[in-house]
Amino acid sequence: MTDTGIGARVARKEDKRFIMGKGRYVDDIHLPRETYAYFLRSPHAHAKIDAIDTTAARAAPGVLAVLTGEDAAADKIGGLICGWMIHSMDGSPMKVGPHPVLAQEKVRYVGDHVAVVVAESLADAKSAAELINVSYSELDPVVDPGEAPGSASLVHDGIERNTVFEWSLGNKEGADAEFAKAAHVTKLEIRNNRLIPNAIEPRAAIGSYDQAEDSFTLYTTSQNPHVARLVISAFVGMAPEHKLRVIAPDVGGGFGSKIFIYAEEVVCLWASKRIGGRPVRWTAERSESFLADAHGRDHVTTAELALNRDGKIQALRVHTIANMGAYLSTFASSIPTYLYATLLSGQYNIPQIYCEVDAVYTNTAPVDAYRGAGRPEATYVVERLVETAARELKIDPAEFRRRNFITQFPHQTPVIMAYDAGDYHASLNRALELADFRGFAARKAESSRNGRLRGIGFSTYIEACGIAPSAAVGSLGCGVGLWESAEVRVNPVGTVEVLTGSHSHGQGHETTFAQLVSDRLGIGLEQVSVIHGDTDKVQFGMGTYGSRSGAVGMSAIAKALDKIEAKARKVAAHVMEAAEGDVEFRNGSFTVKGTDRKMAFGEVALAAYVAHKFPTSEIEPGLKEGAFYDPTNFTFPAGCHICELEVDPETGTVTIARWTAVDDFGTLINPLIVEGQVHGGIAQGVGQALTEGAIYDEESGQLITGSYMDYCMPRAEDLPSFTLGFVETKSPSNPLGMKGCGEAGAIAAPAAVMNALTDALGVRELPMPATPQVVWEAASTRQAAE
Amino acid sequence: MYEFTYHRPATIEDAVRLLKGSEAAKVMSGGQTLIPTLKQRLAQPSDIIDLSGLRNTGVSVSGSTITIKAGTCHAEVAESRDVAKAIPALAALAGLIGDPQVRHKGTLGGSIANNDPAADYPAAVVALNGTVVTTARRIAADQFFTGMFETALDPSEIVTAVEFAVPQRAGYQKFRNPASRYAMVGVFVADHGGGNVRVAVTGAGPCVFRQRDMEAALARSFTPDAVKGIGTDAANLNSDIHASADYRAHLVGVMARRAVEAALAG
Repeated sequence: MTDTGIGARVARKEDKRFIMGKGRYVDDIHLPRETYAYFLRSPHAHAKIDAIDTTAARAAPGVLAVLTGEDAAADKIGGLICGWMIHSMDGSPMKVGPHPVLAQEKVRYVGDHVAVVVAESLADAKSAAELINVSYSELDPVVDPGEAPGSASLVHDGIERNTVFEWSLGNKEGADAEFAKAAHVTKLEIRNNRLIPNAIEPRAAIGSYDQAEDSFTLYTTSQNPHVARLVISAFVGMAPEHKLRVIAPDVGGGFGSKIFIYAEEVVCLWASKRIGGRPVRWTAERSESFLADAHGRDHVTTAELALNRDGKIQALRVHTIANMGAYLSTFASSIPTYLYATLLSGQYNIPQIYCEVDAVYTNTAPVDAYRGAGRPEATYVVERLVETAARELKIDPAEFRRRNFITQFPHQTPVIMAYDAGDYHASLNRALELADFRGFAARKAESSRNGRLRGIGFSTYIEACGIAPSAAVGSLGCGVGLWESAEVRVNPVGTVEVLTGSHSHGQGHETTFAQLVSDRLGIGLEQVSVIHGDTDKVQFGMGTYGSRSGAVGMSAIAKALDKIEAKARKVAAHVMEAAEGDVEFRNGSFTVKGTDRKMAFGEVALAAYVAHKFPTSEIEPGLKEGAFYDPTNFTFPAGCHICELEVDPETGTVTIARWTAVDDFGTLINPLIVEGQVHGGIAQGVGQALTEGAIYDEESGQLITGSYMDYCMPRAEDLPSFTLGFVETKSPSNPLGMKGCGEAGAIAAPAAVMNALTDALGVRELPMPATPQVVWEAASTRQAAE
Repeated sequence: MYEFTYHRPATIEDAVRLLKGSEAAKVMSGGQTLIPTLKQRLAQPSDIIDLSGLRNTGVSVSGSTITIKAGTCHAEVAESRDVAKAIPALAALAGLIGDPQVRHKGTLGGSIANNDPAADYPAAVVALNGTVVTTARRIAADQFFTGMFETALDPSEIVTAVEFAVPQRAGYQKFRNPASRYAMVGVFVADHGGGNVRVAVTGAGPCVFRQRDMEAALARSFTPDAVKGIGTDAANLNSDIHASADYRAHLVGVMARRAVEAALAG
């Protein structure tokens, strides 16, 4: 390991510009003659649009255009798509309702985009929007996902029972047989609460149409600009790909919510063409983010575990209703299916698993991937069940897990995934040690003396990351391959530009990717630039989500670096007049075995461009290589999180006293950044468990938690200092042995918190978010019973 | 926001004149409630009369009264040595309002004139038997806060200062709304001596109110145990996604007991 290579704790290169306030986000970009878009949104959860009168709005000061769904249809602007086909158990394809970029005929959630005003100023646009007269006939909204199939109201006309699909995975008969002979069954009703992502930078877009070239440029807050270009070209039909440039500059957090292609970015492009090419800009206000960003989670689940006399798990049965919201967002269908049910084996040897998932439409914002995406929901089901089963069988929860851990690899689960590497005993044992588990009883007694209830909870989670082998996801219905591309351009002076299809929106790629180059080429970090987020610069890429940028994105870079090294070796051999096989490359220098001949990497780069000393008929001048990398398997990060907390039974206040996380992410490129990712993930997971929950009014479908006055994000004071540890089993599915670390905290944390809280309160079940009121009620009920 | 005419008068007389001369003017002190409301187009005043030009700030102590001018920001109250010496619970309360930005912009006068049901200051003004001094008169605390976002102020009347009676001991305890950090329940307890104890509750109901059963009990014995078992009628309390009326009623008891503990410790 060098001081800037793989494994080095290097401070993030990109932070200088962020700390100086010099980041360049979409809203920082200003184009000449720009105009402002404002979206008129539906005030109703479900209503028929009888008429839209834009006459007064069009005549208002500063207004350049007022566009509605009718205009979009007339201009043949296609609707938004869902890119993953799921088939129901009966073989029928999922039922996809239309998702127009501006509402046509109906509005389907509060915040649905009805019309856009483009004006000289934002104030002009807003004032004109108030003059648009929309006549609505209100319809009964479908709000509760559990009641959606039985509702008399249909979100999409013709899609019966509001059901997108009824899908299953696993062997029903096999699982049922195990339940029939089980010595003990543990059953839980679980609601995985709906979350609103809340990236610190709201979504934004600038659409710009060039009349002379008949081409478009879109600046947008995207985690995957090439996917945005593909969808907006191929499905929306805005322009062919070579006539559409998508730029995702600095992006301030995504957490999944910026994977998707949204109506607003499409409309900005289209509107720019409509007004003759003046750029059209839009930045969401926070209220719009609450209403119209894709939300996360929202599962209603019944789950049960069959156990034998020895406390060994024999089978797991799960039924989940997944709320998709009013429209199918870009990857919505894959989240409660292939990113959820495939992880239900957890870290355990479970011979039979059967899972049914009913996906339903409701009159709420679309629901799609949010940090962890399906895997937090799976982990929550498994870890709550396992902890509850251990308590019911009066087996120590750690011991119960040990009895059921998978220990042999590779391990084929009954739900598609083949785990290739891991050591679950090691992470559990290390976590118990770091958490001072032995001292817990004494700490609990001390809390008790102070009138507080102390509890401890485990979450031995697993996730599938490094998304994903293209053929595998293709066979499951995914519309794209999930490889990644990279290009490494060596300049004549030996500095390097890495072009990557991954996108950094907080992950620190400019540092970690440079560390890989530094490690391989023996050059300093300052000699490496990482370029991403522009479809005119990077040829193609699948973007960043699913903790894939290390395992897949960096593997593509590694593959390109292999080619760079191979070519540089050829050039060096010619220049040093040696046989290629005698040339060695180490610490940034090429040497000839058994001689003192030596060339620095930079010198070889210069020789490659000068091209004086090698036959250009055999070796092309220059030093630039590209690679596409498709992983051979998912990766399987796993670990053990232990939450220890204290409850004030008088008020219901929960204080997390200790948090221990031992994670196995395979190779760590930069432990400093990895720790930051774990911290942030835990914070979001604690948020889900204790503070966050999107609530729609059951009657009206209005979003009650539409601002920070009512939607509670976790704060620093809600969290303790974390104790982190690592075990390392290398992933065999990529050349670097990486597994991914971006989502682990958010996946592991909710179950750890709720296991600790139910332990402290001595209750079996407790809903998330366990707000002070929820905890107080549970504590009071318990005390009354005693 | 919508267009309005902005005024920044230099004298209180000019401010009142402007207010009287306009149909739909709004007075702005720190703007911590008004500006977000305007930005969301939830209000459309014809005129904004910004009081910051008056420089009506500062704390003064005279005998058993502490006077805080209406334009004094929360941070200044929180950091005031005079307040900390005379009524430490009041300084502590000011330090619990909002966040640092709110505390450096928001003012005492603005807070009580707005009378948000979850604001902290109304509890202090009532428990500390305050007198609200306005451009027209002096109003006793018990008469000032009349309902949710309602006060006894006339349309052309502006708060200029609040006089607080310095108690023998006082304590404030606040249970925050988890999301907004406003008081979900805040209880200010003040022992003015001679059996005069005032217990003011904010956040729990539509408007600050006095918990007279607890006042009577504490007048007999100013101890934490004195308020144990004294219930608060949930029928008049707020209920929302964060707290039911029953939970709020329960928290009034807990916060009151802890406020007495704080008063005795302070």
